[in-house]
Amino acid sequence: MKAIKRMHGRTVVLPTRDIDTDQIIAARFLTTTSSEGLGKSAFYDLRYNKDGSEKADFALNQPAADGCSILIGGNNFGCGSSREHAPWALLDYGFEAVISTEIADIFKNNSLKNGLLAIVIDEESHEWLVSNPGAEITIDVETSSITLPDGHEVGFAMESFARHCLLEGIDQLGFLQNASTAIEAYEENRNWTP
Amino acid sequence: MKNNKTLFQKVWDDHVVVAETPETPAILYIDLHIVHEVTTPQAFSVLREAGLPVRRPDLTLPTLDHSTPTTPVSSFKDLLVAGVGAANQVRQMEQNCEDFGLDLLGYGSGRRGIVHVIGPELGATQPGKTIVCGDSHSSTHGAFGALAFGIGTTEVGHVLATQCLLQRKPKTFEVNIKGTLPAGVGAKDLILAVIGQIGVNGGNGHVIEYRGEAIEAMDMESRMTICNMSIEAGARAGMIAPDSTTFDYLKGKPRAPKGADWDAAVDRWKDLRTDDGAEFDKSVTIDANDMQPMVTYGTNPGMVVAINDPVPDGKDASFQKALSYMQIESGKAMTANSVDIVFVGSCTNGRISDIEEAANILKGRKIADGVRMLVVPGSELVKKEAEDRGLDKIITAAGAEWREAGCSMCIAMNGDIVKPGQLSVSTSNRNFEGRQGIGARTVLASPATAAASAIAGHVADPRSYS
Repeated sequence: MKAIKRMHGRTVVLPTRDIDTDQIIAARFLTTTSSEGLGKSAFYDLRYNKDGSEKADFALNQPAADGCSILIGGNNFGCGSSREHAPWALLDYGFEAVISTEIADIFKNNSLKNGLLAIVIDEESHEWLVSNPGAEITIDVETSSITLPDGHEVGFAMESFARHCLLEGIDQLGFLQNASTAIEAYEENRNWTP
Repeated sequence: MKNNKTLFQKVWDDHVVVAETPETPAILYIDLHIVHEVTTPQAFSVLREAGLPVRRPDLTLPTLDHSTPTTPVSSFKDLLVAGVGAANQVRQMEQNCEDFGLDLLGYGSGRRGIVHVIGPELGATQPGKTIVCGDSHSSTHGAFGALAFGIGTTEVGHVLATQCLLQRKPKTFEVNIKGTLPAGVGAKDLILAVIGQIGVNGGNGHVIEYRGEAIEAMDMESRMTICNMSIEAGARAGMIAPDSTTFDYLKGKPRAPKGADWDAAVDRWKDLRTDDGAEFDKSVTIDANDMQPMVTYGTNPGMVVAINDPVPDGKDASFQKALSYMQIESGKAMTANSVDIVFVGSCTNGRISDIEEAANILKGRKIADGVRMLVVPGSELVKKEAEDRGLDKIITAAGAEWREAGCSMCIAMNGDIVKPGQLSVSTSNRNFEGRQGIGARTVLASPATAAASAIAGHVADPRSYS
C-alpha cells in the first residue's frame, strides 16, 4: 500500500442512509479472481437502466461528478456484506475517500487496509457537505482533519494503527509476520488445542 | 465486580497472542478459518506471490457454496449454469486447495455446503473457539459460544498466512429476550423483531450476547438463525452461552472431541458463561410473549412489521425511496401483496429444521398458480437427511423445486435469480435493493411464513396453515 498523508479533491453526494455493499457492488460482479477493474461495476444498478443507458438523475452520472474523488455518503454507509470488492470497486472508480456520520465496521476495516480513506465526522459538518456537493476539500491523515473550502477545519477520529499504516504505507501482513515468535509461543503454551 | 467477565471477554482473553496498546491492535489467534470460492482467490494470490504457505491447513475448512449452481454438477459444463466467471472461480478454488494442501469439502465429498451450515454440522464449530470466514454471516457460529465474525479478503490472507488477525476489542451489547415465544412464532421472527427495534446500525462496534429464557429454550438451529443475523444489526458477532443443548448437539459430530477429550472439553465449555455482575457496554430487554410472525417491507432488515399490522409511514427520503423500490404502500398489511417467488434456504434458514418447518406447511397442499418456490438445502448432509425423512417428496408434491445445496437465491450469483419487479418471500437475510436479482423485491420471513405465502399466493400468516 502506498503512503497517504493528505489528499485534496472534490465531493459527490449520495445522501441515502444505509447504502449497503450490495448497492456498491452487486454479487453478480463478484465472480472474479482479481481485485482489479471493478470500478465499472460500482453502483451499477443505480447508474444504469436495464438497456445499459445511464440514469440521468443519479448523482454520479451528473457532469459535475466527473473527476470527483471524495464520496459523501448517508449514515451507516457500507453496511451488509464483508466483500472487499466494495472498496476495490470504489478505488478503481476513482474515489480516494468516503465520508459519513457512521460507516459499517467491516467496510471501514476493508477500506482502510486498501488506502480508501473511510472517515466518520460529526453531523453538522456532514450536513454541510451533503448540502454542498462539489465542494473542494482537503483531508489530512497526519492531523486527522478535513479543511473545508472556507478554511474551517473539521477533526475526525481514526484508529491509531490504521492511521499509522496509511501514513507510512505499511502492509499489515508484514506486521503480523514479524510477530511469528509470539504466535509460535502462543500455539505451544495454550492449555487446549482447537 | 471488575473481575467478572462476559462470555465475549472470556473467549477474547483466551486468544490474545499480543495484547493491544494505544498504538497497536491486539493480535488475536484464530481457531477455525472457513473459506469459500468468492472471497479467497485474491488472498491465495497474495500468498502465492510472497511464496508463503498456509500456516495451519488443519484449522482451515474450505468448501464451495456461493457461486455454485443448485442444479446437479458432475462436469465443468454443469458449473456453467452459474456463468463462466462463477465456473472458473470454482475451478480456481479447487486448484488453490490442491496447491496449498487444503482438504476441500467440494464436489464428491458428500459434505459440501454453505460455510455456516457445514461448520456446525461437522462439529468443527465449538464453544470457546475463534472462528472467521470471508463472509459477514460468520456470526452464525456464535450460537455455540464461539467468537465468530466476518472478515475481508485482505484479512483472509492474514489468517491463511499467520492464523492471526489484528483486532481492536469491540464493545459488548446484551440483548435479553425474556418470556416465551408463542406457538407459531420462531427464531426468524424474533431476530427480525430485534433488528427492527435496535436498528440496522444498532450493533455497530459491538458484539451481541443473546440471553434470557426465550434463548435458553431454543434448539441449536434456532440459535444459529438468531446469531446469523447479528450482522444485519451492524454487530460483527453474536454469541449465546453454551449449555446442555449445545453439548447434546455436538456430541458424536465427526469433528467434535471424542472420549476423554470430550469430557475435558465439556468441563472447559461449562465455564463459558457471563459471570454474575459482569457489565455490558449496552443492554436491551425484549419481551417474547407478544411476538408475532414478522416480515420486512423495505430494503433493509430493520424495516420490519408484524404480519397483520399495517406497514408504517415514514417521511424522510430514504424511507420513501425504499417503499417506492418495493412498490409497497404504508397503512396496509403486507398480506395484501401477491407473491411471485418463494425461497427457502440460505445460511439463515437452510438447515434440516427449516426444511422441515416449510414441509410441515406444504404437506398435502399445493403452491398457488403462478408462484415459483425453491427449497434449497444448506448442505449435502442436510439434503441427504431431508431425503431420508421423505421431506423432498412432500416439497415436490406441493409443486416446489427441490435443489442441490448452496447459497442459491440469497445472493443471485449462481444462476438462481429473482426477475426484475418480482416479489420474493425469502428465508434469507438481506432484502437490499437488487440482492436477489436486478429489481427484485425481497420480503424476509421465516420458513413457515414463506411456505404459507407460497400456498396462499400472497404474503400469509403461517398460523392459519399449521
